[in-house]
Amino acid sequence: MVHSSGNGPGGCAHRAVRGVTRRSLLRGAAAGAGAVAVPALLTACGGGPGGGVTLGSNASDAVPKRAYADAFAAYEKKSKKDVKVNTVNHENFQENINRYLQGTPDDVFTWFAGYRMQYFARKGLLADISDLWREFDGFSEAVKKQSTGEDGKQYFVPYYYYPWAVFHRKSVFRTRGYEIPKNLDQYRALARQMQKDGLTPFALGDKEGWPAMGTFDYLDMRANGYDFHIALMRGEKSWTSPQVRQVFDLWRGLLPYHQKGANGRTWQEAAQSLQQKKTGMAVLGLPHPGQQFTAESRADLDFFPFPEIDPAFGQEAVEAPVDGFLMAKKARNRAGAEDLLAFLATPRAELIYLKSDPNNVAVNSGAGTGSYGALQKKAVRLVSGARQISQFMDRDTRPDFASTVLIQAIQQFIGDPDDIDGLVNGIERQKKQIFAAD
Amino acid sequence: MTTVNRTTGTRPVNPPKAGPPRPARRRGPRRHTRRDIAVLCVLLGLPILLDLALVWGPTLASVALSFTTWDGVGDIEWAGFGNYADLFADYPQFWPAVRNNLLWLAALGLLATPFGLLLAVLIDRGVRFSRFYQSTLYMPVVLSLAVVGFIAQLVLSRDQGALNALLGRQDDPVDWLGDPDLNIWMVLLAACWRHTGYVMILYLAGLKSVDPELKEAAAIDGASERQAFFRVVLPALRPVNVIVGVITVIEALRAFDIVYAVNKGRNGLELLSVLVTDNIIGEASRIGFGSAIAVVLLLVSLGFIITYLVQELRGEQRR
Repeated sequence: MVHSSGNGPGGCAHRAVRGVTRRSLLRGAAAGAGAVAVPALLTACGGGPGGGVTLGSNASDAVPKRAYADAFAAYEKKSKKDVKVNTVNHENFQENINRYLQGTPDDVFTWFAGYRMQYFARKGLLADISDLWREFDGFSEAVKKQSTGEDGKQYFVPYYYYPWAVFHRKSVFRTRGYEIPKNLDQYRALARQMQKDGLTPFALGDKEGWPAMGTFDYLDMRANGYDFHIALMRGEKSWTSPQVRQVFDLWRGLLPYHQKGANGRTWQEAAQSLQQKKTGMAVLGLPHPGQQFTAESRADLDFFPFPEIDPAFGQEAVEAPVDGFLMAKKARNRAGAEDLLAFLATPRAELIYLKSDPNNVAVNSGAGTGSYGALQKKAVRLVSGARQISQFMDRDTRPDFASTVLIQAIQQFIGDPDDIDGLVNGIERQKKQIFAAD
Repeated sequence: MTTVNRTTGTRPVNPPKAGPPRPARRRGPRRHTRRDIAVLCVLLGLPILLDLALVWGPTLASVALSFTTWDGVGDIEWAGFGNYADLFADYPQFWPAVRNNLLWLAALGLLATPFGLLLAVLIDRGVRFSRFYQSTLYMPVVLSLAVVGFIAQLVLSRDQGALNALLGRQDDPVDWLGDPDLNIWMVLLAACWRHTGYVMILYLAGLKSVDPELKEAAAIDGASERQAFFRVVLPALRPVNVIVGVITVIEALRAFDIVYAVNKGRNGLELLSVLVTDNIIGEASRIGFGSAIAVVLLLVSLGFIITYLVQELRGEQRR
């Protein structure tokens, strides 16, 4: 695979600069400045032999990789057709998606629901699978909406999801007599109590730039409602509005209860501090804390939905990113790809996956929950009770806005929470430029 | 290295011009036969074509793209100087990145390089265990900067790093890599650690090749050791100085891997190269905007290249 070109000017210059001379200086500079702007040179390898389907996967971690392999093996056995899987490092896959889709992409590839999918559908890079969707069974309206492009056609086959919530250890809550907070006042009071008890109330690691987005999303959805949040993410609302200022203001009030130095901490380290009972709570996604807990302590892990802020919106919205599959517009084996996608939309295919990766939950309501652990069952209840489902900040907005503006802005906020004015003005100016682009 | 490239770099212009017009007056060896010319054309033409196709083509394309908006898919739209205006006025990461690149240059040029020279001189004078020092100090150079970045994380992580444990500051840990006022210095330290060894090895090689008679002559003329070094040895090291200077500038401008390994070059560790990558390579695909940043980097590089070339050419004329 050629995807792994990820490191840009450093990488380019690196090669050119080894022999150190004037010419290579020139070349290094030019490579750094120029070569990265040449698009479409890096394309994926695709196209297996006729009959088989190629599948591009970003599941480069051991657990999901094996889980996917099991699911595809089941398909191969059932259909007697080949699935040729090209697995690419998670981050590189995402970073090269544009070039990948314009080059020679695999027939089917893993991706995310919501705006992050609709963006590529709008660019005409995805194949319309509305016909397939008519046959699908067991997906809720909310999920269907997340699988639908702006043109009303379906593009996405949802596979599994994982809700975000406030995670904690049951034993800590039990021994200290903490109550599950229902609203913001109780949430704050609990945090104060934990601090008094010598516990850091909230674990937070935002070195990667995305983990803290979950907190923003929930604060915004609880304070301003799902509709405002989604409109904000789509660039339709102003970041300088009183609503957004209020969100940052609320967050600023909570920050003293968070671990200090979040920008230098990975989310793994934050989750470990929860496991070690140094911290009391953490806003994370379902798969995250579990991976950092030891086998014995995993049963002690629990979560509660993010508390209510404005009673008008209650706790009705849940952040539950859905992962799944897309067919590339340039797919060579369309029939084969559709056949595979139809299989992947079945409860059976989802359960095969979840057997090896029990940190997620099947999207299809036909998938039996019998094999689920307690946490998974609770996650199903949380999401099925939700009136709206958001995907996550970097999936609900434009990829360029999330990765070049919001990540930096949130890190800046965590480092210096007092300059909300400068922060929201900076975001709004950049938002206008980016959303004006097309 | 230098000599090889110098011939390809500066001579190509002369021979073809000097060749054919006046062969009659010259004697045999300078005459160019048809075959010579063909060979010359191939030998020069190919590199020039490659140079144009691989270096100047993309460079000019990048400059052109910087005046457009393009997301890598659809149409390319003309944007005039819009990208540059946005970049200078509204991109909060831009000026910190420029500042960090300059800091990088200053740190490598003013700290790491002189320190490397000092070490080289000390080792060259034959301190005890000099072989040991030499290999130890050179060791980091073998590591890629990305690896240096990972090592830095192991040592400097706030909660789990070795340094805070050594300092006994687990209760009130210093956030070496997360504090935007502090992390750039930590990363520079790591970069200098590596650069020093590199510079040291280059100077060591250079010092070995300095004719000892020069130093003797200086001593006989009554120069102090200090004078002998600064007035005689260092000027004799000119070719090495040039190489070290060029390496230092390149390293400072292409700095990327280490900050990317530490935190993707955010939150205090912005660099121009990182911004280019973030905007162009990533899912973002703001190719026009990213190209504008790349052009800024190109202009900065050109500044150094031109200064250097002018100096070199003047020096050649004088010699």
